[in-house]
Amino acid sequence: MGINIVEMYEKEHMKRDIPDTPIGSTVKVHYRIIEGEKERIQIFEGVVIARKRAALRSSITVRKVTAGIGVERVFPIHSPKIDKIEVTRLGRVRRSKLYYLRELRGKKARIREKDQY
Amino acid sequence: MRQTILGRKLGMSQIFDHQGNAIPVTIVQAGPCTVLQVKTVQTDGYNAIQLGFGEKKEKHTTKPLQGHFRKSDSTPKRHVREARIDDPSLFKVGQVITAGLFQKDDRVDITGTSKGKGFAGVMKRHGFSGFMASHGVHESKRGPGSIGQSADPSRVFKGMKMPGQMGNESVTVQNLKVVDVRESQNLIMVKGPVPGGKNGLLVIHHAIKKAAPPLREPETEEVEPVPEAVEEELDAGLTAAEVSEESAPVTAETAEEVPAEPVQEAAAQEEPEAESKRAESAVEEEAGETAEEPKES
Repeated sequence: MGINIVEMYEKEHMKRDIPDTPIGSTVKVHYRIIEGEKERIQIFEGVVIARKRAALRSSITVRKVTAGIGVERVFPIHSPKIDKIEVTRLGRVRRSKLYYLRELRGKKARIREKDQY
Repeated sequence: MRQTILGRKLGMSQIFDHQGNAIPVTIVQAGPCTVLQVKTVQTDGYNAIQLGFGEKKEKHTTKPLQGHFRKSDSTPKRHVREARIDDPSLFKVGQVITAGLFQKDDRVDITGTSKGKGFAGVMKRHGFSGFMASHGVHESKRGPGSIGQSADPSRVFKGMKMPGQMGNESVTVQNLKVVDVRESQNLIMVKGPVPGGKNGLLVIHHAIKKAAPPLREPETEEVEPVPEAVEEELDAGLTAAEVSEESAPVTAETAEEVPAEPVQEAAAQEEPEAESKRAESAVEEEAGETAEEPKES
């Protein structure tokens, strides 16, 4: 007792080189796809609309609009299937969950870039 | 031989397998358990061992129990449970049983006490639908409705689903797969949930619906070189799998299985069934793996 073994165990399996992906930022997720024998990397680029912070079980929800249809994917960020995550743009947002974007289209669904200081 | 050990539920987490699938696991502290007494057909009419698990202070132990623990040269244990065994000659009083009893890919049955829900109504306890919240329903929104007929039976049939105590009962979950074993810390990770809350007492047993595992050497507290080697090789296999994932998943799988070979052979010398048993569980593993893709909407 005393030490939390579950926490210790999760720490061991966590990736250490994951960049910070703040809410509202635009990210490129390099995702490994195994097709039979071959393996390739698919890039999913979109806005981080939600983050779950739970050590090894952490995940991010990335939303993008493809051909007018909104696509959201939940990536467990410590998964070995994720090759790397690139942050291309930081957004200025005032919510921790950007679910309101689902109702917005076009110009209204834009996120202002975060001012750099 | 099937064996039993006592343990404690530590909590749940997840593990990624070499294909990147997230597997939900429960982390269980399995042992160390001390054999407090060996019962045999000659002396007691049946074969069993009495296991003690978890420390408690001597001042909290009754005098008769103190004497019982002293007989096996053990510190006072919080939990004492009996486990039926086939061959009492394999055990001696004072022996310590550790998590090394189990190996990766073994199947286990786990018994625990489920979380108590108190006196629950039929909606919670039996999944009844209840009644509408409006449209004139009064006084029976969560009621069971009719519980029988009229003058004909003039009674309520036995087994009728009624409100009552829910939870806080002994529940066994069968055929849970052991995903990982940490012998140094006496930890085992099993796939899926187990009954009860955190820190609840668990009785872990080799699955009765699967082939009994071969008798493995490291059952005593003496040095146990075999399982440690297994652990290292599995770690090596995992990292190899990660690296070679770019080339092909087939290589990744062989990379994991090949280094484990020598250990299996060592076990096979003891018991010829070992090889076939391993093969069997390998097949099961492949069949049991379902792709867990992240959700898309």
